[in-house]
Amino acid sequence: MSATSTTIGPGDGAQAVDRAPAPSRGAHRRWWLRPRLAISGTIVLLMIIMAAFPQLFTGFGAGPTENCDIMLSNQAPSAAHLFGIDIQGCDYYTNVIYGARASILVGIVVSAIAFAIAALVGAIAGYFGGWVDAVISRICDMAFGLPFILAAIVVLQLFGQRNIWTVIFALALFSWPGGVRFMRSSVLEIRHREYVQAARLLGAGNRRIIAKHIVPNAVTPLLVLQTLGVGGMISAEAGLTFIGIGLTPPAVSWGLQLAAARDYIDAAPHLLLFPAIFLTITVLGFVLFGEALRDEFDPKGK
Amino acid sequence: MPHTATEPRTGKTASGPIMELRDIRMHYPVARPLPFGAKKVLKALDGVDLQVPAGQTLGIIGESGCGKSTLARILSGLEKPSEGQVLFDGVDINELQRAERALMRRNIQLIFQDPYASLDPRMTIEQILLEPFEIHPDLVPRARRRAKIAELMELVGLNPDHLSRYPHNFSGGQQQRIGIARGIALNPRVLICDEAVSALDVSVRAQVVNLLQDLQQELGLTFVFIAHDLQIVRHISDSVATMYLGKVVESGSYDRVYEHSAHPYTQALLSAAPELRQGSSTPRELILLQGDPPSPIDPPTGCRFHTRCPIAQPSCAASEPRLDPLQGDHAARCFFPGPLNLGSG
Amino acid sequence: MRQPHHAPRPLLEIRDLRVQFATPQGTATAINGVDLQLAAGQCLGILGESGSGKSVTARTIMGLLDTPPARVAGGEILLNGEDLLSIGAKRRRQLTGPCMSMVFQDALSALNPVHPVGRQIGELFRVHRGYSRKAAKAAAIEMMDRVRIPAAASRVNDYPHQFSGGMRQRIVIAMALALGPELLIADEPTTALDVTVQAQILELLKEQQAENNMGLILITHDISVVREVTDQVAVMYAGRIIEQGPTAQVLSAPRHPYTRGLAESVASEALKGHRLPAIPGSPPDLLNIPVGCSFANRCFLADEACTAAVPALEAISAGRQSACFHSQEVPSHAAYSH
Repeated sequence: MSATSTTIGPGDGAQAVDRAPAPSRGAHRRWWLRPRLAISGTIVLLMIIMAAFPQLFTGFGAGPTENCDIMLSNQAPSAAHLFGIDIQGCDYYTNVIYGARASILVGIVVSAIAFAIAALVGAIAGYFGGWVDAVISRICDMAFGLPFILAAIVVLQLFGQRNIWTVIFALALFSWPGGVRFMRSSVLEIRHREYVQAARLLGAGNRRIIAKHIVPNAVTPLLVLQTLGVGGMISAEAGLTFIGIGLTPPAVSWGLQLAAARDYIDAAPHLLLFPAIFLTITVLGFVLFGEALRDEFDPKGK
Repeated sequence: MPHTATEPRTGKTASGPIMELRDIRMHYPVARPLPFGAKKVLKALDGVDLQVPAGQTLGIIGESGCGKSTLARILSGLEKPSEGQVLFDGVDINELQRAERALMRRNIQLIFQDPYASLDPRMTIEQILLEPFEIHPDLVPRARRRAKIAELMELVGLNPDHLSRYPHNFSGGQQQRIGIARGIALNPRVLICDEAVSALDVSVRAQVVNLLQDLQQELGLTFVFIAHDLQIVRHISDSVATMYLGKVVESGSYDRVYEHSAHPYTQALLSAAPELRQGSSTPRELILLQGDPPSPIDPPTGCRFHTRCPIAQPSCAASEPRLDPLQGDHAARCFFPGPLNLGSG
Repeated sequence: MRQPHHAPRPLLEIRDLRVQFATPQGTATAINGVDLQLAAGQCLGILGESGSGKSVTARTIMGLLDTPPARVAGGEILLNGEDLLSIGAKRRRQLTGPCMSMVFQDALSALNPVHPVGRQIGELFRVHRGYSRKAAKAAAIEMMDRVRIPAAASRVNDYPHQFSGGMRQRIVIAMALALGPELLIADEPTTALDVTVQAQILELLKEQQAENNMGLILITHDISVVREVTDQVAVMYAGRIIEQGPTAQVLSAPRHPYTRGLAESVASEALKGHRLPAIPGSPPDLLNIPVGCSFANRCFLADEACTAAVPALEAISAGRQSACFHSQEVPSHAAYSH
């Protein structure tokens, strides 16, 4: 082995250039120097903390329905009540903060359920193929045919009493087909990659190939997709609640607040404004966070 | 001054075949344009017989679509042929039970064309090289494995300190060395190189070819070297087989096939490579073939080469020649074997 | 051998071209001061490995760089005296086709899959010369005949996927030649093709170049293709031209250690049974091009001078240039064997 080279260059920048370099991804910089990841990550983190421990953020009332004074109903924002006061005479800031819990819980739990179903079912369909794949794909096609919101409305109609878990159930029931298809096609592609063939040649069994090579390579893009989906689920919940088919009082959510504010648009526009701002920022935060994660997980960016 | 017939590299001894292909056919169904259209079959391999001599290098040349990559997949056991037998040490590898098959797998490894695609991008080099030993835990005790992979790294000319890096941190040549290290980890007896150096830059290609030859000598490996680079195949091979449209059309020792080609296709193929015309002791004349190779879905009748052959006769379209021996192990599938005489002097 | 030095003005002249790429890891220098001349009717090979800057040079001439991430950091590209780096998009469209054109490696992606090939060739005549539909079709058939597509008249309405790889490359060449360019750049035109087809395409290019007295730049990593087709060769390494001169002389008696190594690492007949002479190491990282000669860390002649300053591309004999401090010491054979 006398004359073989032992030189190790750093990344092959040479080849990268001739193959038209990828657009700047901000890799090799610290994460807090990448504005999209830093900003969206902060929003997402803040919203999750707000959902988990709303009392940390409130200062104008211990809970959403405490210290209410019906005489002050619909008062505009002031120094004492930063977001003003709602119809019931409760501090609106406290209400909006507490509203995060329902919205975020719905968004995250529904996306997590969709992720789990998609990862499992999609991997099975993609790896084993044949009739297993045919059956799963046809079911997906059928589920895809249903308009998502309409289907959720129909299911929610079946429940007389609706709480956060019924909403989650209704949304989760139809949220997975996109993820399953995505997972199936990425597994299908990865299954034919040369490193999977190399593992098979070394004698690796199905279980090892799925666990060590296919799932790690296919699951990260799916995770990103589902993170992008959290925002969509949050707005779906708000939409369903807004048209009166989702959560019902005494629950507290941004959708309910928007629905209630509808009737007072002229008298108290702040009632519409604040939950709408929170909703928009949250949805935007999750979408940006998903996109930032996608770039982050690209192994070439490490 | 013919430099050609020097002794083969030391350490190689001629012996019986370690692998043998018997009448291998690989047919893939082709999607029909209309549901009631004629059923079509792509015949990637259509009756291939081949012997792989132990401890030597068998080179396989041919153009795209000739079936050489399918051959690599069948030899390595990645795919089962539609028909025919793949014998390793006289045993058909596709007839083995599961446990025996896993053991057999160790003996035949494949080096891929695209070095980056053959390495899992989410694994460090250490994880990649540990994998063979995790699959076959009996081979090397757990405590010895790290030392073993460090040895492998040095064997292929890489710095063992870089084990914690990811594949994309390495250049193409280095990635291919990692692929080779993984390929030899289980002490295989046969290494199939499917265009293993084709994706590498010229200056790096020579390094990897040298590495492969060093490893062959040190470990007594048998190579099946599949490549479209005719010069590299001549350099590395002891015997060579030419393929055209799913069939072996000529085979024999490298100097017979390269210097005394008997099949008109081999002669045209070799003459088309400028490097073989330019630096050769026996000057070749360029034989320009007409058109591209026909599709393996509807191969020509009779001799498959007759549509492009400069010396084809009407009889060539009617019946198919057999792979007939000419001299020693040199054989050609042609009714009129021998040097082409195209009348141009 | 033609004599470019007596030509009144070169067809193409590149002066001190520099191109950089912004990458996530920093700025990569793809072209680092390239000077090049091409006379009308001359065939120049640019030989180099991936990352040497040969393709980037071609794309810069044709104005095909994506900016950003690419940035032309300096230099001039003069085509008949007109600086291609300072002209606008409209002027460039006028020049592309009648004055210069390019053939790519991948013929399939160079053709539009939804239009018949005849229409794609004819389109050039309609746009640039205002031909009628009928005249354009006739011109397309004539072009297809010229690049030896059998039964051109009956295949003019076929789509790209109905042709084989070699035929598609002929169609791409027909399109490149349609408006009679003075300069044709062929970027790895035969790399994706089988060897028997490669020979046909190289023959075609040679013949068309001679017939039309075109300037041809052939970009390739394949030393034997350069030897087969070109009169002049420029060898590129890490964004610079390191040796230049008449092809036969440069390849048979290189005066730069890198060219020496490239010419040698070809597995010739005489090396059967021996180790191939290989250049050690790998090409430099374009993000951190070493101070001094880029090849010094792989070179058997390197000394302190090489790592201190960049050797300039200087004339070493009539018509030949080398960028090496030790160009006189490059051995005539077997430098890298052991």
